Amino acid sequence: MRRALIGVLILGGLGLAAGLWLTRAQALTEGDLAGLTGDATQGEMVFYAGGCASCHAAKDAEGEARLILSGGIGFVSDFGTFRAPNISMDPDQGIGAWTFAQFASAVQRGVSPEGTHYYPVFPYSAYALAQPQDIADLWAFWQTLPASDTENLPHEVGFPFSIRRGVGLWKLLYMPDGFTMPADTEPLIRGRYLVEALGHCAECHTPRDALGGLDRSRWMAGAPNPSGLGRIPGITPATLDWSETEITQFLADGFTPEFDVAAGQMALAILNLAHLPESDRAAITAYLKALPAVEEQNAEPG
Amino acid sequence: MYRPNLTLVAGACVAAAIGTVAIAASHTVPPSVKGRQGAMQVISLHTGLLGEMARGNSDYDAGVAQTAADNLVAVSNLNLSTLFPEGTDNGALTDTIALPAIWSDPAGFQTAWEGFGTAAANLQAVAGDGLDPMRAAMGDLGKSCGACHDTYRAKN
Repeated sequence: MRRALIGVLILGGLGLAAGLWLTRAQALTEGDLAGLTGDATQGEMVFYAGGCASCHAAKDAEGEARLILSGGIGFVSDFGTFRAPNISMDPDQGIGAWTFAQFASAVQRGVSPEGTHYYPVFPYSAYALAQPQDIADLWAFWQTLPASDTENLPHEVGFPFSIRRGVGLWKLLYMPDGFTMPADTEPLIRGRYLVEALGHCAECHTPRDALGGLDRSRWMAGAPNPSGLGRIPGITPATLDWSETEITQFLADGFTPEFDVAAGQMALAILNLAHLPESDRAAITAYLKALPAVEEQNAEPG
Repeated sequence: MYRPNLTLVAGACVAAAIGTVAIAASHTVPPSVKGRQGAMQVISLHTGLLGEMARGNSDYDAGVAQTAADNLVAVSNLNLSTLFPEGTDNGALTDTIALPAIWSDPAGFQTAWEGFGTAAANLQAVAGDGLDPMRAAMGDLGKSCGACHDTYRAKN
């Protein structure tokens, strides 16, 4: 009897150890990133393709002020309200004191310099698909950005989601092995990279399951707006019937074919996409046009 | 050289736009809702004329651009109180996406509408001066549309 109890305890201990091992934060090391040299000019394009300012600029910041990544915007979700942190070059409040490996670990692995998990509201599960060279270029551009000593606001997230270790489990379930859409020719390959990796479009345009993971079977088919206001539209050909020119021009100036305007978070995305070369916006359009047509579901919970 | 009477052309387009809305709307839709949807269509028409030039889809025509901007300013001078009477939000009616915030925050709604007026006036000042000045002013006009829609209009 006693021996059986010891056996259970050992098994339980092994299970716990395995669980802790599997859900640990796995940072990138200097070795993973060896040989990369960043180019700030290239990095500026990565910055705009990645949409960093959309979440990390101050609320309602305009023009040059959108380069001050002081954070503070709140993101409402089923799991609580997340606050965008200060990721400006300030060494104390921001990330100015980080190494490149720490930056790459945050962006592509969702791991902080302290070795804890970031919440997946930070779209590292998309950025994980980015080329390491692009992240090096982005970090080079980051060095040119201004510092802000704005204090960080805490996330308002309740139990059990307040346990960061749980994010390790989330990552096991939902970090992608690769791209979702097949693509073997240009401009589809470039479009897929911009949409699925840097642009992280699926974060809003694809519905999520109960644990907040993307439902890749309904890729880009539209989703409830986590803020509770209306829906985020589907952008597969089942819903988005604009011409290629209309989509590409919308991505530059935010006007729909009826000359209504992009709203909310999409208006901020357009501010970034407008900086990209025309060929990149056309590549995004080519990707969207090639998506499998998945009808929007209007009765999804959320 | 033949030059169409731009005021007549624009007027016909306005009438057509309003007519389209009126036909699409059911007879149970209150006249105030039809009226404001017509006003939005007039804005859409003229933003479209300017936007197609800004995008290079149509040739820049200083006269058309000026008329379009003039008409946007004309619409911006509408007093909205008759177009948004109490009880015509999207909770009370099915044929509107006007949010209750319009009535719970009338000052904010008025400020947003005046933001459109300012952007339209700035556009009017430069619309006939060339493609680049007109295009530059279009950005702020679009922003003024979005600023109001984000807060006071339901997503489709």
